Amino acid sequence: MSSLIECEDLWKIYRVGYVEVQALRGLSLTVEQGEFVAVMGSSGSGKSTLMNIFGCLDQPTKGQYRLNGIEMGNLKPDQLAGIRNQQIGFVFQSFNLIPRTSALENAQLPLFYRGLSLKEQRAQAAAALGRVGLQGREHHHPTQLSGGQQQRVAIARALVTSPALLLADEPTGNLDTQSSKEIMRILETLNRDEGITIILVTHEVDVAAYAAREIVIKDGQILSDRRTKARPMSSPVEV
Amino acid sequence: MSAFVWLTILTALRILARNRLRAGLTMLGIVIGVAAVIAMVSIGEGAKRAVQAQIATMGTNVIIIFPGVTSASGVRGSQGSAVTLTVSDALDLKKRIPLLADTAWSRRDVMQIVYGNRNWNGPINGISPSYLTIRDWSFTSGGPFTQTDLDSAARVALIGQTIVGNLFEPGEEPVGAVIRIKNVPFRVIGVLAPKGQSAQGSDQDDVIFIPFSTAERKVFGTSFIGSVGAMFGSTDQVEDLPMAAEQIREVLRARHRLQKEQDDDFTIRTQVDIGKIQEGTSETLTIMLFAIASVSLLVGGIGIMNILLVSVTERTREIGVRMAVGAKRHHIVMQFLIEAMTLSLVGGALGIALGITGAKLTTLIAGWPTIISGNVIMLAFFFSLVVGLFFGLYPANKAARLNPIEALRYE
Repeated sequence: MSSLIECEDLWKIYRVGYVEVQALRGLSLTVEQGEFVAVMGSSGSGKSTLMNIFGCLDQPTKGQYRLNGIEMGNLKPDQLAGIRNQQIGFVFQSFNLIPRTSALENAQLPLFYRGLSLKEQRAQAAAALGRVGLQGREHHHPTQLSGGQQQRVAIARALVTSPALLLADEPTGNLDTQSSKEIMRILETLNRDEGITIILVTHEVDVAAYAAREIVIKDGQILSDRRTKARPMSSPVEV
Repeated sequence: MSAFVWLTILTALRILARNRLRAGLTMLGIVIGVAAVIAMVSIGEGAKRAVQAQIATMGTNVIIIFPGVTSASGVRGSQGSAVTLTVSDALDLKKRIPLLADTAWSRRDVMQIVYGNRNWNGPINGISPSYLTIRDWSFTSGGPFTQTDLDSAARVALIGQTIVGNLFEPGEEPVGAVIRIKNVPFRVIGVLAPKGQSAQGSDQDDVIFIPFSTAERKVFGTSFIGSVGAMFGSTDQVEDLPMAAEQIREVLRARHRLQKEQDDDFTIRTQVDIGKIQEGTSETLTIMLFAIASVSLLVGGIGIMNILLVSVTERTREIGVRMAVGAKRHHIVMQFLIEAMTLSLVGGALGIALGITGAKLTTLIAGWPTIISGNVIMLAFFFSLVVGLFFGLYPANKAARLNPIEALRYE
């Protein structure tokens, strides 16, 4: 079985005016199905770029990125949108819920673009909200929910499609300590009990501690890659 | 797909309901444009129908021939001032032109009519009996005079409703009464059915018909016996009118011995010509309406485009989120197009309602006839749809072309 994520010699070069910025410089990485990876690094290290490429929001300038064995480098925008819809769930630092729209409708959104019937959308979204402990709050709007609850809606939205990969970009960055712990426990549970692969970007060491593997990125390259916990399941990391 | 479209329409309606004032102001251009078109077209159609009804009172497939103008030392008189047309012209036309079903002639003068202790100044028309059939006159009581009356110069008269109203007591029966025209006694043998205003606005019921020969010999005191004020012809088919008119022209030119370089000493008008003049007027009106409608729909469309561009900017992050969870370009395009079309269609519907109300009020207050046609409503609806589609396209494409990464980071 191939790995979930395989990157080889990833380069990402931006041109800002006349200045060339090398955000990724020949980065190679493999992530297995079911892993919980924390990606750390200072701002400007290239970790956001890497997450965008993992999330199929961006494509590398050079190198290969395979998700579930499929090369993403040559896909067109609409094909990438399809991949995001089918395989990837996003959790953002600022929640990014659609304002003035209920929790249920927010959680429905990915299914909406799958073209499911309204009934199925509602049933699956309600189930996803249940998994993050938001039963009874389906019809609350984002402004009626606390930060932690909003982030849980966002997790439900990411989960609703049963993605292969969940990308969490500083999911606790806007939350207090208590809410942060709740969110991290939910992610931990999803990884442990449901085997969902999670890649987490964070600045905070105690947040990163929930992950089983910690990758530090600096200047567009991997500075360190170490296992912090024994993996409860699946095969060892291939290099 | 249909679930997607329905939900997008619902979302669009919800967004509009949330920004009611903004949506209302945005739609105003479309509302006013559509309402103006519906109201104006309804009034225009009503007026056109009224004019058509008036033209129909002229008779069926009528050709009218007027004498030319007199010319003395280069000064030209008014139309009909010359005495170039005669009874024998009319008779000859009927003989020579098979297309003509019938011909008639008339001469008119305004004279005093006396009945009992009342009097009235009205147009006296000396006519041939065929005139009545060509011009479609019918009777409310009594009947027409005949060729025998014409031949014997009988002193009989047919009177119109206006004359009846001015000379007789209400309820008094005019048929059988004796009226005096220029002191000559005439027996009323028929009362004409009303025709109302002519297309030119004159009262067609202010009229007295007497036999042409009687008029010529006993009333008018004509210096040229046999000269007529106007001649009339009719054809069986409307399509024959232009051909018949051309043939009349040839025959009359030959009879009047006109050289090639000489102008006609008569004027020919057909009912079709008169109808065309009226149609020309309403066509000009239609073009003007179309111009007004186009301008207001254009302005309305630009309003919609403007508000959508604002909306795209305001909702950049939302667009980013939608893209991140898998919205393809066509999903985003559809979303904004549907919003634009919802705006324009709701505006169009309001405009149609307002336009119909306006037309009805016009009928109620000003008493103008209005006709609200389903076609115009369909057209207005269709145009508002097209406006929404056209002016929504640019903002929708702008939204769909956003880079998801930048859209997600947008503050």
